[in-house]
Amino acid sequence: MEREIVVPGDLLGEDPKLAGSGTYVQGGKVYSANYGLVDRRTNIKVIPLSGRYIPAGGDLVIGKVVDVTFSNWIIDINSPYEGLLHVSEYPERVDPANMSKCLHVGELIIARVADVDPSMKVELTMRDEHLKALKQGRVIDISHVKIPRVIGRNGSMISMLKKDLNVSIFVGQNGRIWLKGDEKRVDIAIRAIFKIEHEAHTSGLTDKIKEFIGKELEELRNTK
Amino acid sequence: MTRPEKLIVDGKRLDGRGLNELRPIRFKAGVLKRADGSCYLEFGGNKVMAAVYGPREVHPRHLQNASRAIVRYRYNMAAFSVEERKRPGPDRRSIEISKVSREALESVIMQELYPRSAIDIFVEILQADAGTRVAGINAASVALADAGIPMRCLVSACAVGKVDGELVLDLNKDEDNYGQADLPVAMNQFGEITLCQMDGHMTEEEFGRALDMAVEGCRKLHQMQKQALIEKYGEMASPAEEAQANGGEANE
Repeated sequence: MEREIVVPGDLLGEDPKLAGSGTYVQGGKVYSANYGLVDRRTNIKVIPLSGRYIPAGGDLVIGKVVDVTFSNWIIDINSPYEGLLHVSEYPERVDPANMSKCLHVGELIIARVADVDPSMKVELTMRDEHLKALKQGRVIDISHVKIPRVIGRNGSMISMLKKDLNVSIFVGQNGRIWLKGDEKRVDIAIRAIFKIEHEAHTSGLTDKIKEFIGKELEELRNTK
Repeated sequence: MTRPEKLIVDGKRLDGRGLNELRPIRFKAGVLKRADGSCYLEFGGNKVMAAVYGPREVHPRHLQNASRAIVRYRYNMAAFSVEERKRPGPDRRSIEISKVSREALESVIMQELYPRSAIDIFVEILQADAGTRVAGINAASVALADAGIPMRCLVSACAVGKVDGELVLDLNKDEDNYGQADLPVAMNQFGEITLCQMDGHMTEEEFGRALDMAVEGCRKLHQMQKQALIEKYGEMASPAEEAQANGGEANE
């Protein structure tokens, strides 16, 4: 699938009804607002090639506690805006006096973005399945625009990584990835993810990564 | 260098260009690893590095705007960028250039998408050879796109001057020093002019023609900026277009 690279201001179409994300309408025509790849499958979208993570409601993210205030934890979510986790959004009932016993500064959590208001106040929640504090494993940072490639179409890439390497992986929408399992295999998974990030704009990536993992596993077995 | 007797000889300029010709120009997008977006530009004898950070949190806090992103632009000349050592740090000239360049770019950035944040643009002039402010704007515009910041379009800029009573595109150092006028112009692709300054003297009729020449120059630069961004992801650029974008060797 050959996709066209566009820069801001490129004319993408004449029908304003088709304008999707990464585009804007001026004088009844659709223009690109971003530097990225065009996707014309349903409407006209521009998928950016770079940029910071901007939180949106429903996103699952990996955050880091940076401060504890009277009734909120302040969470760094790898974005220009910090996340707020209210005590009532913690899975258990917590006395505001004991907040830093539950989550202390520096701790990593999986949270869901509950709401983002127009002034970009970001509210997080942990009251849901799978949402928890991360007590073990490793977290790596990649560019958030490459996350869809790490997940792959219908999760093909991520399930391949999990299956072939037998490690647990959680991918946050904000570009943070949590991995847990045998240390040597986690090392391979991290190398594979950085390879995906680096080659995100090329096609046939899943096969390339599968081959890469195969080779790395082979090496691992030989050294044992 | 003392003033040459004539700056234009038989319709050719001292560096061999025609009256309506740009200097060799070479853009390279995405050269800095730490910045969100960057661009290195060689614009004749000018060497310019632009870096963009953001959107990010605003420090100091009181500068933040609750409804839109603020844009900060710092134009800085390196101490070694000119013949005599330039005293480092901001001076009246670079503060002015920072302001007008920021305004030239602000009009295309979709600031309302990122309330309470800052977009920081740093432009370092490593080597100066007349027309550094337009070179800075060209590089900053590519760096902004490279940083993934939503914009209505790119901004291109170039200067027109008057030497020996003739209008010429893109002044070099000698023409700038000994010419009669200098008119830097920045324009977006919809033809809206976002920067227009002038020093020296021109008649009204000359000004009109000069503006037309500048617009034409900006269109050429716009093509090169686009090409630089496309080239960053390789494979797609056809060799013919590439040659045009590089514009040959730099005249160092």
